[in-house]
Amino acid sequence: MEASKLPGFLARRAVKAVLVVFAIIVCNFLLVHAAPGDPASVIAGQSGVADAAFMEQLRKQFGLDQPLHTQLWIYLKSVAQLDLGFSHRQQQPVAKLVLERLPATLLLTGAAFAFAIAGGVTLGALAARRVGTWADSLITVLALTFYATPLFWVGLMLVLVFSVWLEWLPSFGMGTVGVELHGFAFALDLAKHLLLPALTLGLFYLAVYCRLTRATMLEVADQDFVKTARAKGVPEGRILRAHVLRNALLPVITFAGIQAGQLVGGAILVETVFAWPGIGRLAFEALLARDYPVLLGVFFCTGVMVVLFNLVTDLLYAVIDPRVEVAG
Amino acid sequence: MTLLTVENLTVALPQGGDRPHAVEGISLSISAGEILCVVGESGSGKSITANAVMGLLPRGLPVTSGAIGFEGKDVLALSPEAMRRLRGSRMAMIFQEPMTALNPLMRVGDQIAEALRVHGAGADAAKRVPELLAAVNLPDPKAIARSHPFRLSGGQRQRVMIAMALALEPTLLIADEPTTALDVTTQMQILRLIREIQSRRGTGVMFITHDFGVVAEIADRVAVMQRGRIVEQGPAAEVLNHPQHPYTRALIAAVPHGAPDSRPQVTTAPVLDVKGVEKTYRRGGMFGARAVVRAVHDADFILRRGETLGLVGESGSGKSTLARCVVKLVEPETGTIAYHGTDLRPLSRNAWKPFRQRIQMIFQDPYASLNPRRKVGEAIAEGPITHGVARGKALAKARELLALVQLDPGAMERYPHEFSGGQRQRIGIARALAMEPELLIADEPVSALDVSVQAQVLALLADIRERLGLTMLFITHDLRVAAQVCDRVAVMQRGAIVEQGPTAEVFSAPQHPYTRQLLDSIPGRGWTPPAV
Amino acid sequence: MRDFWRRFRRNKGAVVGLLILVLVILLAATAPWLFPGSPWDMAAAPFMPPGEMDMLLGSDSLGRDVAAGIAHGARISLLVGAVSTVAALCIGVSLGAIAGYLGGVADDAVMRFTEFFQTIPSFVLAILLVAIFTPSIISVVFAIAIVSWPPVARVVRAEFLSLRSREFVQAAEVLGKTRLAIVLGDILPNALSPIIVLSSLMVASAILLESALSFLGLGDPNLMTWGFLIGAGRSVIRLAWWMSVFPGLAIFLTVLALNLVGEGLSDALNPRLARQRGGAA
Repeated sequence: MEASKLPGFLARRAVKAVLVVFAIIVCNFLLVHAAPGDPASVIAGQSGVADAAFMEQLRKQFGLDQPLHTQLWIYLKSVAQLDLGFSHRQQQPVAKLVLERLPATLLLTGAAFAFAIAGGVTLGALAARRVGTWADSLITVLALTFYATPLFWVGLMLVLVFSVWLEWLPSFGMGTVGVELHGFAFALDLAKHLLLPALTLGLFYLAVYCRLTRATMLEVADQDFVKTARAKGVPEGRILRAHVLRNALLPVITFAGIQAGQLVGGAILVETVFAWPGIGRLAFEALLARDYPVLLGVFFCTGVMVVLFNLVTDLLYAVIDPRVEVAG
Repeated sequence: MTLLTVENLTVALPQGGDRPHAVEGISLSISAGEILCVVGESGSGKSITANAVMGLLPRGLPVTSGAIGFEGKDVLALSPEAMRRLRGSRMAMIFQEPMTALNPLMRVGDQIAEALRVHGAGADAAKRVPELLAAVNLPDPKAIARSHPFRLSGGQRQRVMIAMALALEPTLLIADEPTTALDVTTQMQILRLIREIQSRRGTGVMFITHDFGVVAEIADRVAVMQRGRIVEQGPAAEVLNHPQHPYTRALIAAVPHGAPDSRPQVTTAPVLDVKGVEKTYRRGGMFGARAVVRAVHDADFILRRGETLGLVGESGSGKSTLARCVVKLVEPETGTIAYHGTDLRPLSRNAWKPFRQRIQMIFQDPYASLNPRRKVGEAIAEGPITHGVARGKALAKARELLALVQLDPGAMERYPHEFSGGQRQRIGIARALAMEPELLIADEPVSALDVSVQAQVLALLADIRERLGLTMLFITHDLRVAAQVCDRVAVMQRGAIVEQGPTAEVFSAPQHPYTRQLLDSIPGRGWTPPAV
Repeated sequence: MRDFWRRFRRNKGAVVGLLILVLVILLAATAPWLFPGSPWDMAAAPFMPPGEMDMLLGSDSLGRDVAAGIAHGARISLLVGAVSTVAALCIGVSLGAIAGYLGGVADDAVMRFTEFFQTIPSFVLAILLVAIFTPSIISVVFAIAIVSWPPVARVVRAEFLSLRSREFVQAAEVLGKTRLAIVLGDILPNALSPIIVLSSLMVASAILLESALSFLGLGDPNLMTWGFLIGAGRSVIRLAWWMSVFPGLAIFLTVLALNLVGEGLSDALNPRLARQRGGAA
């Protein structure tokens, strides 16, 4: 798209993103009120040891004795000030808990996503190029296998093989306990800990992107403009790169945007398996303790992550596809 | 000097096809500076022949025998790499669908430059690309070169394709139905462009078409194909005016004769009186830029009992929208649509129901206009049943109607996919007639059909109209068809009727400049198909 | 119908998938006879490796039979997969049909709603829903249905949108048929193929989702499930690998089978697409 149209396009997408975040907040609010029992006990953490005085204070703070729309307004105001509530269990504000854990999750999901998209597109392109050969069959079968395997089970199996039997890689945490490392040694230690979780989370999405890339490349290869390129004598390798792959990437980007939410969801499972100290692990701990404010905070935070990621994919799409503003 | 010789070429079809060979024993030749038209109906093997010459046959269609010689080289013996080097530099090709033939993500200029670059001539691309775009008469070549394809019209894209094909001045140009997807005025411009460039550069052209009008317009020589074989070949004037082979004669006989006969003026009472109808489309959402298209405005007309009125115009002229307004498939914002004095426009879905029996419609695409999951008998009887006719009676009526449209009653129990395009169109006609309508709206009823089938369906429509005394609104983009079918015509352009009157008058003395332009664009206007 | 079978059979993977699926269904159906009694009961000493003490697939930390757990778990997995898919189909098909057939404002509203559900992290939402409404088979089915209808709505809308402008639907309008008759008689039957293919894939992902929820301890506490078995084996994986390996294999095989069947259905229902996808050509 032309550079002059970009700000307007971005502004439209930003408005949309804000609306989605708003909807997530409303969703959270409704969940609190849909839960069986007193909303105050949900806000306090249901099985928490909240005393009567604390509950009373909550009722006042969230205006629970006031009409619903007033309550929503109070809730919105507090979220807008990044006040996500208080975890009675951990005796800390939810926002602080989530923000502390966020970098670890960003590292894990970022690494897994990069691995999935690079590996998936490469394998998919390879399979499409060799369609009908043994290489294609092998890639297709592999992709289907990873597609059909539960994430958390892949994680456990990797732990079993690489940590328990082979003892090559650590099975839990983000760093070796009890050692203070710096510089390169620290990075290497982190990478060792990251490898298995990132692989676990990435394999499923690698399969998704691989299948999608293969299918769209075959579809694009049938289109008229590919025949035009052939008719003007463009070599096959260049046809594949400049014409087929570029067009086939568009649905992959769209899908990556849609899938971002699932990636974050998968992180909960992977962080649980590998005791990775991110917000997924936080969610699991909160789940065991029925610490609802933290769970709601995690939902809000992951929602915002996904919305931001979608903004990036929208931008990327707009850069690649000149037709975007027409489609709106 | 002979540029291309094809001798005894045979290309196999995969097993299970309707015939063993896609083309069989094809022999033809093209000299420099000559245009050979390869004519035939769909499935006759024209495109296969062209793709064989370019070395672009899909893997499932191998050449089994024969030889192709190009500039003294044996094309079939060349390595894929040597063949690639020929393509785009010595021989080039343009295709039917300009809308999809260009890479949507690449600037037009870059796509032309790519053609130069892959043959090692990319150095002066920056200078050559605008020159080439100017040579195909595109305005502001520099701006066009920077545009992406979606910003260009179909005609502009086809010009870009031609510029790209001619970038390295090939000696042979293969044009596979290059004007079929274009409007008639654009078609004429592209035909003239090809003619002009070809004669200036002495290029040999293989021009594939199904339209004898186009043949008359552009061909030096003609090869007629039927089911994979060339049945007749010769100089254009010879083949067009004195066809020898029965198939050629049948094809030419089926071409509608452009000249309308003078018909008595219809003065019966009006059936339909359309006044002040306007339909505007707004695109774009809450935030997006809005585009406003005035699809129909200033399009008043009166249709009298027993009369056939033709709505003619190019794509996007609003003729289909106007027709759909009459049957409430499209809801106009203003105006009156008076049917025997009752304004249909404000009526609700329910209030409309009785009129559904009086006004029926025939559609364009025989492959899309029948529900694939409903048996033919059911499809025809469905309308009357909806309006309360007993099932048994409706089915009996359907059987009669099949006979009327010259189909076997056994068709009742079969599904649409078992029929050819022409047969399906007959089923569509029978479905409309089952309602015993007074007014029939025919939306391009023959434009998706091959010319010989087209003639049969037109004859059927004429016969039914006569027998049942139908009033008809006939939408078409084909002026030759309009001339043959309509008592009066209304010419539409950008949503408005710019001229209307008795067909013979409009054709012989057009008043509006657009009508004149349309008439001048009828391909092969100077050729009157011989009576054979 | 015979045509359909012929095309389905041509896809070898689909036949294998169907075979596996039939076996899993048989296992689920015969579980009460193969493994009488409750799968929660102690049947052997704890941590017996496969093959010992009559434990085909070993026993767990409380001496429960892993094989019995898998057989009984198959019932729950298939049930949850099927029921939640039906529920999601009901939501998705109705919303998609409304959006696609009516178009305009209704379409806009429904699609924004669908997009929202597709954007938010659905697994996190599912966890929240089950946690807040307390884990039970009802809340699990409900949560899975809530997060898995958006793709259905999108597919159905796209189909309806393209079918609505097809000439045979316009012909039905011109014949004076009612809206309901057109939607049920002309549009829906022609939109069924993609819905059928999609639903086999949805059962697969519902089974995956259910296992993930149970793995996190959000399954119905009274029902034995595959995800629960793996979750129980997680902390003792160094001690008893069989506790997590075999239930995982059961999930894998079932989900794989459903995916293969889905591909076979797709080939059989859209012969044109199957050819496009290359393969032999």
